[in-house]
Amino acid sequence: MIQAGYTATMASNVEPSPALIASVPAQVKSGFLQQAFAIAGKDLRSEWRTKESINASLSFAIVILLLFSFAFDVSPELSKEISGGLLWLVFAFAGALILNRSFARELVNDCLDALLSSPASGAQLYLGKCIGNFVLLLIVELMCLPVFTVFYNGLWISQAPMLLAIFVMGTWGLTAIGTMFSAMTVNLRLRELMLPVLVYPMMIPALMAAIRLTTVVMAGDPVGGDDQIWIRLLIVFDAIFTLLAIALVETVLVG
Amino acid sequence: MVQKLTITLAALAAVILCWNLHTILLEVPDELNQGAAFRIIYFHLPAVLTSFCGFYLAMALAIVYLVKKDLRFDAMSAAITEVSAVFATVTLITGMFWGRIIWGIWWTWDPRMISYVICLLFCWGYLMLRKAVDDPTQRARLSAVLLIFTSLDIMIVWKSIEWWRTQHPGPVLSIRGGGGMAPGMEPPIYWNLLALIMLATAMSLVRMRQESMQREIDAVRRYAHAM
Repeated sequence: MIQAGYTATMASNVEPSPALIASVPAQVKSGFLQQAFAIAGKDLRSEWRTKESINASLSFAIVILLLFSFAFDVSPELSKEISGGLLWLVFAFAGALILNRSFARELVNDCLDALLSSPASGAQLYLGKCIGNFVLLLIVELMCLPVFTVFYNGLWISQAPMLLAIFVMGTWGLTAIGTMFSAMTVNLRLRELMLPVLVYPMMIPALMAAIRLTTVVMAGDPVGGDDQIWIRLLIVFDAIFTLLAIALVETVLVG
Repeated sequence: MVQKLTITLAALAAVILCWNLHTILLEVPDELNQGAAFRIIYFHLPAVLTSFCGFYLAMALAIVYLVKKDLRFDAMSAAITEVSAVFATVTLITGMFWGRIIWGIWWTWDPRMISYVICLLFCWGYLMLRKAVDDPTQRARLSAVLLIFTSLDIMIVWKSIEWWRTQHPGPVLSIRGGGGMAPGMEPPIYWNLLALIMLATAMSLVRMRQESMQREIDAVRRYAHAM
């Protein structure tokens, strides 16, 4: 497959072989999601080999969890009240490390230019990166959860399926926005500073919804009645910003 | 021509505002429950609407830029966003004063208020983004995309009062189905809205002229470097 493993070496001024030219139509014909998954697979494989982002993100998350214990005198009641906010702030901070690396890792050897000139469209590239970031962030979240349980006496086992659903919806919201803004800031001078400044305000509606729902679930209460609106908000947020990002990412990356 | 229009709009806005101040302070009676403090709404509500109009106009111009690729639309969009940010700040400050008098607190974590702060944070982010990009075309492209994302967030602000239970007062204007004001109290709001829109237009025209001059200076500088 050319689209995902396409490197700067391949993009150099070498005359493409007839076999390569012949192979292009078949790749172009391949499905939208297939190409996106190929890019996601490439990112996850690369991360699996280096473990750069996930190690940094996980250790940062655990450090913040630890630091919060100094900020509050954590009683079981307080733990229930702050659980949602604490967890999602940790995820948002840790997620920024993953998102910052998402497009920045392609700058080495001009791999981003190579990816853009591959048969994969900007939308497929975005979606692939988004899926990759989503999986990585979800792994970090699931690894943080036992640590949180130990530090703060969290009780969530009985509500595990609902909590997982909230994590999936909330994490997709963070990564859908974050990946788009990562693409926007990849070529900026102050990339590491600009991404959090732009992305955190944008994430607030998703974070608010996820925090509220997680707090309810962590308190052992069922999600229903008034809280349904937050689930709807999360779904709408995910759908709107994923579609908007897919529509505009080509403009951001190519012009 | 543009300069004359700017001066005319600013002068007209000043006249209307002065005349309206007279009406608001001397002719309109105090509100039954809120007393004199209710008069803040005469500036709060027009400032909200002006900033909203500005944000949406800026978004429309950003879309036009993405279609036409003409940097003049980017300059217009940037100028209007900056001016809208000023009116958004006025909205927040007047709202906080009203909250302090009526609710007894400067701030409450009300969804609409939070969303409005998010909008302001976006404006700051937008201005920072513009500073961080040197290439005018890339700057215009990224700013346009950011504005489109921001505008969707503003839609959440606008609808939030219906979506969430909120401490914020409901609609008061009769055109929004509120009808909470006596008939004589409502017209000054529309007059102030007209004045603030004229003032915002004049300020935007000044900023657009500055942007245009900045582009010319940049072009001359690039030409000098090329020499």
